Amino acid sequence: MKTTNIMIVGVGGQGSLLASKLLGRLLVDEGYDVKVSEVHGMSQRGGSVVTYVRFGDTVTSPIIDEGEADFIVSFEKLEAARYAAYLAKDGKVIVNTQEIDPMPVITGAVSYPTDILEAFAAKGAVIDSFDALAVATEAGSSRAVNIALMGRLAGYLPIPYEKWLTAIQNTVAPKFVAVNEKAFSLGYHA
Amino acid sequence: MERKDTPTAMKKLMIGNEAVARGLYEGGCRFISSYPGTPSTEITEFAAKNDAITCEWAPNEKVACEAAFGASLAGVRSACAMKHVGLNVAADPLFTLSYTGVNAGMVICVADDPAMHSSQNEQDSRHYAIAAKVPMLEPADSAEALAFAKCAYQLSEEFDTVVLLRTCTRIAHSQSIVEEGEPLPLPTLPYEKNAAKYVMMPGNAKRRHPVVEERTEKLTAFAETTDLNREELTEGAAIGIICSGTAYQYVKEAAGDTVSVLKLGLVNPLPVERIKAFAKKVDRLIVCEELDPVIETHCRNIGLAVEGKSLFSMIGEFSQNTVAKALGLPVKEGYTLDEALPVRPPVMCAGCPHRGMYYTLAKNKITVIGDIGCYTLGATPPLSSVDTTLCMGASVSGIHGFNRASANRAAGKTVAVIGDSTFMHSGMTGLVNIAYNASNSTVIILDNSITGMTGHQQNPTTGYNIKGDPAAKVDLETLCRALGIDRVRVVDPYDLAACDKALKEELAYEGPSVIISRRPCVLLKSVKTKPALVIDADKCRGCKMCMKLGCPAISMKNGKARIDATLCVGCDVCEQLCHFDAIGKAQ
Repeated sequence: MKTTNIMIVGVGGQGSLLASKLLGRLLVDEGYDVKVSEVHGMSQRGGSVVTYVRFGDTVTSPIIDEGEADFIVSFEKLEAARYAAYLAKDGKVIVNTQEIDPMPVITGAVSYPTDILEAFAAKGAVIDSFDALAVATEAGSSRAVNIALMGRLAGYLPIPYEKWLTAIQNTVAPKFVAVNEKAFSLGYHA
Repeated sequence: MERKDTPTAMKKLMIGNEAVARGLYEGGCRFISSYPGTPSTEITEFAAKNDAITCEWAPNEKVACEAAFGASLAGVRSACAMKHVGLNVAADPLFTLSYTGVNAGMVICVADDPAMHSSQNEQDSRHYAIAAKVPMLEPADSAEALAFAKCAYQLSEEFDTVVLLRTCTRIAHSQSIVEEGEPLPLPTLPYEKNAAKYVMMPGNAKRRHPVVEERTEKLTAFAETTDLNREELTEGAAIGIICSGTAYQYVKEAAGDTVSVLKLGLVNPLPVERIKAFAKKVDRLIVCEELDPVIETHCRNIGLAVEGKSLFSMIGEFSQNTVAKALGLPVKEGYTLDEALPVRPPVMCAGCPHRGMYYTLAKNKITVIGDIGCYTLGATPPLSSVDTTLCMGASVSGIHGFNRASANRAAGKTVAVIGDSTFMHSGMTGLVNIAYNASNSTVIILDNSITGMTGHQQNPTTGYNIKGDPAAKVDLETLCRALGIDRVRVVDPYDLAACDKALKEELAYEGPSVIISRRPCVLLKSVKTKPALVIDADKCRGCKMCMKLGCPAISMKNGKARIDATLCVGCDVCEQLCHFDAIGKAQ
């Protein structure tokens, strides 16, 4: 089977490491060969962050290159656009519509681009956008944006719903399971 | 998509660093001493979760390496882990460890950072293996990271040498599937006094150097036959590529079924006959290696026609497309947007205790001799406070030279800034120099009570060890006084008036002084944050005074400041700056 490529992108500190941990564990349990690559350290301090998740029969390179991503799951609107070059021509973008101003916008050097997702879609990309922050808040915690987005991604992947729930139970701390299950469900059905 | 039915009970997804930690354990490692450094840090953190191994954070890599040597001498298999620049600090013991060899096996794990995701340079640690004349292994995924770490102990004891295990960011921080194995039997190697081997004074060292050269010959012979190196031949392939580590994965991804590959797991010493034999099987010999042309140079030295850096850059990381383009293969294209996007560089966190001190330095237009840590981010706009950053400890040493060379004219407008962990690592000797040479210099220790950038490791100033158990705590004020600094004062960086007063008074003082800017990292779980502040839109005049802090929680919308309640931790620093009383607690 062809390798499936998922990029998880966002702003350092948004919880992308937990999302990739959940996804990686789930895919291994499903019997796939899996590689997950991310960068720790300086970029985790509010910078643009990217995680590569690849699965299939045999995965070689740990990273996803330009034009190869079947899915880009973006925790933030601008970050989805930043990785446009990585999206495969038939790939899909799942994006949280939340806006987080980067420092050049905060300092007033530039402004946050308007209609950036519309511009991306106008190029022919398939974009599935929703307010994951609102979904997470409804579930009970604004920190659950990551799991809400995983819920949305789950709808596109050939893995049964209940397997995701098991993976959530095995990945997050017990006291946060209920909130995350709800965020997952709301993201899945949003 | 179909799912495979392979049993997965034994399979685990591990980052390379966790796999290295597991491999060290299976290889019989029972003592690890390290200093944190991205991307090597998790090796020691994962090992510390295994109660069979005694794990410690050392103040720096030289101490860690020497402690590991001591354990080896005592008959316990040992290791230390560090980032590439950490090996510069540990280079002194490394070069003579090559002469003494080991008693029980010893492994130095060194993680390079091509593309400098979290580093100040892009040096290639393979040069150290060549220069110190010790073997170096380089895994290409987590399974090999485990296997090679384990194997390193066998090599170390068989060839009586310390072994370097090299990874890079894409190995250290990439997860792939690993199957855990059985631990090797532990050695019984009691310490026996052997001055001729372990006392490296000239007479003994002269007799050890030939042993080192003989060992390299034996290791080269080993490289000719070991399974650590392997050929993967493709029938009829005209191109043969020699590679190792992560470059191997990119080659396999881009061209695996069309080229032959010689994959090297032992990257020092390199085989001669095996490479020549591989070269004969192909029409075109190419070396694909990130950073410097180490394997390529070896191929030229043994008389082979080879291509390498004529096709591949010495700068940054590779990818599958890098290989495809070099070989003239097609690459996929994604989408191109017309609009230029704002960059998103890393920033100091909302509520970061360093911000108040940096604001004070920027406001007073102070030249700042900086250092390595989260607080290097003080160099970025809008604070733009840091003037130079070189290496661990260079702030405290550098300010003395800067002030002395300018005949103290710069004094009064210059400070050094250094974190608590970095000060323990290599700032103390610089401070001794300041006291000893009567330097008119002011050093600010940015004490956030943790090693921040690498992800919250304890250090000798925090009062806790790697396991989180209570430990001896270095008192920075007492230490600075003991090093010869009479003027030492502590200030809270959330108090801007106090920062300004302390800075002005110490800069006015003729002589050495230390300001300890003390407040724990706001990301520490033990730190209780306060409710988010709010802007009173009626009072806000849009003067942007609060924007000078570069706090990611504050932005401007429609001419008024706005505070993001999900980021703000109520540190009150912006409130102190507002002239119109527009910032305050939510009612």
